[in-house]
Amino acid sequence: MFMNNDLSKAIITFMNVIIMLVPLIGTIFGVMYYYDSKEFTELLLAQPIRRSHIFLGQYFGVALSLSMSLILGLGLPFIFYGIFKSAAIWDFVLLLVTGSFLTFIFTAIAFNIALANENKIKGFGYAILIWLFMAVIYDGLFLLTLVMFNDYPLDKFSLIASMFNPIDLSRILILLKLDISALLGYTGAVFQKFFGTSQGLIISIFVLSLWVILSTFNIFRISKKKDF
Amino acid sequence: MLDGLNLTIKDKGIVAVLGPNGSGKTTLIKSILGMVIPNSGTIKLDGKSVKNSWKYRNDIDYLPQIANFPNNLTVNELIKMIKDIRAKKATDETRLIELFNMEKFLNEKLGNLSGGMKQKVNLLLTFMFDSPLVILDEPTSGLDPISHIRLKELIKAEKAKGKTILITSHIMNFVEEIADEIVFLLEGKIYFKGTISELKAKTNQPDFEHAIASILTDNYA
Repeated sequence: MFMNNDLSKAIITFMNVIIMLVPLIGTIFGVMYYYDSKEFTELLLAQPIRRSHIFLGQYFGVALSLSMSLILGLGLPFIFYGIFKSAAIWDFVLLLVTGSFLTFIFTAIAFNIALANENKIKGFGYAILIWLFMAVIYDGLFLLTLVMFNDYPLDKFSLIASMFNPIDLSRILILLKLDISALLGYTGAVFQKFFGTSQGLIISIFVLSLWVILSTFNIFRISKKKDF
Repeated sequence: MLDGLNLTIKDKGIVAVLGPNGSGKTTLIKSILGMVIPNSGTIKLDGKSVKNSWKYRNDIDYLPQIANFPNNLTVNELIKMIKDIRAKKATDETRLIELFNMEKFLNEKLGNLSGGMKQKVNLLLTFMFDSPLVILDEPTSGLDPISHIRLKELIKAEKAKGKTILITSHIMNFVEEIADEIVFLLEGKIYFKGTISELKAKTNQPDFEHAIASILTDNYA
């Protein structure tokens, strides 16, 4: 950031870090927190409290504090740097919003995994696997299909495929907001046409919210049936 | 784990749930508390089903078998927290702290306490509230002889207040001394339900411990 005065470039650098690290921290910390507070949970379960309140309370506690640390930790330095006077303010806000979404989504996934697995090592393993899949393997498979089916029109397919991975969705959303669609190569134009519009933005935010809602609802559903 | 269990517990008095390891005593208790959710069947408390309900736990004091507490809290913090959660006012707190000689470690972290000390904290959290139903899962484990005697007195005093008390234990002298009625579980089914003298008559054994042992050897063989 101090090397150049271009805030957009700084945002891209941070985006790469956020897109990878935020989900990883969310999953690992979520799983760790659940297993570590197990005794506490058992204590609370015998008390007159609703089950859903215990687990959703834990989830929101973790997810909220993680996203607060992201927003404050990134926001304060940028505020001192003078982000409010810069034109990149909305790009930066979008970065924080997607970062918070990713925190909520991956913490919820982590709680789902932890609730479904009594075995800690298994739980950790699945959590890391999910992260690895979403952050790395999914992209690889995606790229592979694009190369293999090069002769076919894949615009719609790639658009839909990106919806199924919150990490990809966030990355594309930010990149296109920053107008560097050229980097995305040949499907870039389609993406630009879709994500560049405000309609695309709304749909993407909606899909991210859907991820949060569905995974949170699943925490509620699993916790209701589980034996302790 | 439990299968075809049909158990009615009347108001008032001490009922002891006995059985070999893994016979389903704790599962039974956890089902009453809603921690284990039965695949089928209903559990009713005062005529109301406990399924999907949580307010009824205000009327139960539960002592878990293994005192798993969050390690980073102090005893005082934990007591305060549980008091916050329960709608009822804690009545007997200071008396119990004195009774079990706990002043010394009130500000210690729970992670640093010994098993017996944890059990005392456990007992304190249970008896602190004045609920009509008290459920004790292995209340005597890890206690020193003095605390053991005091616990017995405490349980008798609670009974005198007209409470219903459900106890599991492997210490037969303890059960014989305090229980009005016993329920013997074997492989998830009720093997015997009645008073201690009825059990003695049924098994033709002069004392309680041997009566229980005779059931077990008959079934283990």
